[in-house]
Amino acid sequence: MTVENLRIGVFVCDCGSNIAGAVDTEELREYAETLPGVVASIRNKYTCADPGQQEIQTAIRENNLNRVVVASCSPTSYEVIFRGCVEGAGLNPYLLEMANIREHCSWVTPGDREAATRKAKGIVKVAVARSHWLYPQDEEQVPVTDAALVIGGGVSGIQAALDLADAGHPVFLVEKQPSIGGIMAQLDKVYPDIECSI
Amino acid sequence: MMDVGRHPNIELLAYSEVEDISGYVGNFKARIRKKARYVNENECTSCGDCVVECPVVVPDEFEMGLGSRKAVYIPFPQAVPSSYIVNANECLGQNPIACGKCIEACEKECIDFSMQDEIINIEVGSIVVATGMDVYDPTALDEYGYTRYDNVVTSMEFERLISTGGPLEGHLGRPSDLKKPKKIGFIQCVGSRTHDLERGNPYCSNVCCMNTIKATQYLKDNYPEIDSTVFYMDLRAFGKGFEELLMRSKGNGVHYIRGLPGDVFEDQTTGNLRLTIENTTANRLEDHEFDMLVLAVGATPATDTEVIRQMVSLSKSPSGFLKEAHPKLRPVDTPTKGVFISGAAESPKDVRESVTQASAAASRAGILLNKSKLAVEAITAVVDEDLCKKCGLCAPVCPFSAVLWEKKQVARVTSAACNGCGTCAAECKFGAIEMRHFSDQAIYAQIDAMLEDDPMHTVVTFACNWCSYAGADTAGVGRMAYPPNARIIRTMCSGRVSPEHVWHAFKKGAPVVLVSGCHYVDCHYIDANRSTTRRLDGLWDGLEKVGARPERLQLEWCSAAEGGRWQTIMEEAERKLQNVTVEEVEATRQALVEAKIPGPRNPRPKDENQPADYVCLRCDHEWLGIYNSNTERICPQCRSNSIRWLKGKKVPA
Repeated sequence: MTVENLRIGVFVCDCGSNIAGAVDTEELREYAETLPGVVASIRNKYTCADPGQQEIQTAIRENNLNRVVVASCSPTSYEVIFRGCVEGAGLNPYLLEMANIREHCSWVTPGDREAATRKAKGIVKVAVARSHWLYPQDEEQVPVTDAALVIGGGVSGIQAALDLADAGHPVFLVEKQPSIGGIMAQLDKVYPDIECSI
Repeated sequence: MMDVGRHPNIELLAYSEVEDISGYVGNFKARIRKKARYVNENECTSCGDCVVECPVVVPDEFEMGLGSRKAVYIPFPQAVPSSYIVNANECLGQNPIACGKCIEACEKECIDFSMQDEIINIEVGSIVVATGMDVYDPTALDEYGYTRYDNVVTSMEFERLISTGGPLEGHLGRPSDLKKPKKIGFIQCVGSRTHDLERGNPYCSNVCCMNTIKATQYLKDNYPEIDSTVFYMDLRAFGKGFEELLMRSKGNGVHYIRGLPGDVFEDQTTGNLRLTIENTTANRLEDHEFDMLVLAVGATPATDTEVIRQMVSLSKSPSGFLKEAHPKLRPVDTPTKGVFISGAAESPKDVRESVTQASAAASRAGILLNKSKLAVEAITAVVDEDLCKKCGLCAPVCPFSAVLWEKKQVARVTSAACNGCGTCAAECKFGAIEMRHFSDQAIYAQIDAMLEDDPMHTVVTFACNWCSYAGADTAGVGRMAYPPNARIIRTMCSGRVSPEHVWHAFKKGAPVVLVSGCHYVDCHYIDANRSTTRRLDGLWDGLEKVGARPERLQLEWCSAAEGGRWQTIMEEAERKLQNVTVEEVEATRQALVEAKIPGPRNPRPKDENQPADYVCLRCDHEWLGIYNSNTERICPQCRSNSIRWLKGKKVPA
């Protein structure tokens, strides 16, 4: 896709003071506006909160965005949330990119606002560049085998097996020893009520 | 326990081991070895006639060796399955002519020495790992005299001694003379909370304080005349009803003394134990004498957990217990989709916590199993049939056998089996394999963007999704500050990073490039990151060939838990960056214009386990090691993984 057709929205998150405390997020927002393909750059106090997500969805509709870059925290925790958010506004979830300016920037660059802001700009720039090369993707559906393997027949494995089995799932419970029970079976009484273990 | 045995939805495979697990979320395949019991467990009525006849007497492991059993036995009276078993290693009768008395004794003819191990292949949608914990062995703590004095026992042994079902049938006696003890001492934190790793573990084992408090209260309830004293450094009674139990125990006259003994001595005539402690609340030295001492031993990760951990590619915490996907939000999930953890495999736990976590894990697994179909993340490999040269290099590097290739045929990808690591794409010299969502174009665009404005202050960093990227997250969560020059390109696996990517970065003026991934044992794509090492070996050779310093390309393995290590890695990368000059970068750029992109340096079979010269590209340390493509290279001096294999270039003696 050419830059002319790209309509990227950048959403800069303050994360309260988690990001804004170390990074000049307004300067970052203004910088993001200048990046190729960016047509909207919006700052938010908490992008992951409902109002923040609604703002993303509104901006997608109003600006006809076809790429979304959220400059906030780690995708390992929040990508799934923002993917859901953009999908809710009719965008393919794979057109979302995250710029991790919290774990990888504001939290590890204390006491130097200029350096942290510079780094955040660099991270956002890279994320916007990557977003140029994102395409809609369709997820394949695979069947699920309705059965569980529980490895270990101590008190925890026993409980997990029973719960799964009671919920109607076939369970294979594998125990290395000749009997289930584990360490619990060796205990005579257990705390706090000093009652029998088995 | 009984419920498990009779639940229609549970197939109990006791005396069985998981030998192999393959597949992916929703579609795992497991191979289980059901070991021969030599007793038909469906027919056995637990009458015990066989036991009477068995001539072999061995220590009973269930009784912690404090009782005995026969070679044919039931592990304990309430065992599930309620069946006897013959331990073949102890039994005389595998040749029935030699013994075979149990066979004659069994009227139902349940005993069958021709029984073989059975291999059971199963298919499941999800897996719960509940491999538990082991109990710390206090042998190394010789000052407590555990191996020398009969009347020094572990808390597990004490548990069996007081148990009504134990070897003394509920009549507590001390091991040396079976006399009822008058004074019992408990020593806390044995093998826990120490920084001397040869004498225990740094973590708190979580259960030992309450277990001791329980034991003292149990003694007060059943043997009020016995005097108990607990020696501790801190008492951790933090759960519901715990403090109340501690108060009850104290109220009943149990002595709690803050201070741990240095040495324990035995009075050889009485078998009593003497110790001196510094009572740190009263600020005085005290002498004590006990009939019996109980060591409150801690917990250690179960050795079997490691086997399973490697089968399903889980991570472990620094303590050695399994690492959860997220400490607060996903405490029973793991980075491997469809695999959940439960109980003490994750950290030392008591019964209530184990049960709570088990229900959580079952719920998480159930959510998955309730779905008939599951969406697979669209990050799989796609072959461009027009570009494929049918060379077949891609197929063997796939850890999941998802890339299929036959001679003179284009490669094909089974996308349901593809986990998206991208090591096939990195291996392809012709750009014929593209990774959905982690495309080459996107990676090149990221490199270009990071080197456009201020390349001399940029460390081009490739980080794998699971470990090193998450390790960088952990550094952030821990507020571990480091120099601000890192720019990270996230890939699913370090195996995604192709020589072309690294070459491109240097061509564009990168002063330093860092490739990072999971430790070998943690690789989330089985062994895909071994390919990273092969490619870096090739790249280091290639850089040297064009006159660039190989140390400008760094390689580091960092787990998701190692935030501190990530901080160090970035500090060291910054140190490298400071040493690179503009002229040097420009010279490399010029040299790379014409230079061929170096392919991976592949070891030959004869290289394996042979002496190899290594140099650390972080600290310049050189040494003679042993080459093994499956062993992580690490500098013995600075712990870096930027270790170049100097093949054919002898390290000066």
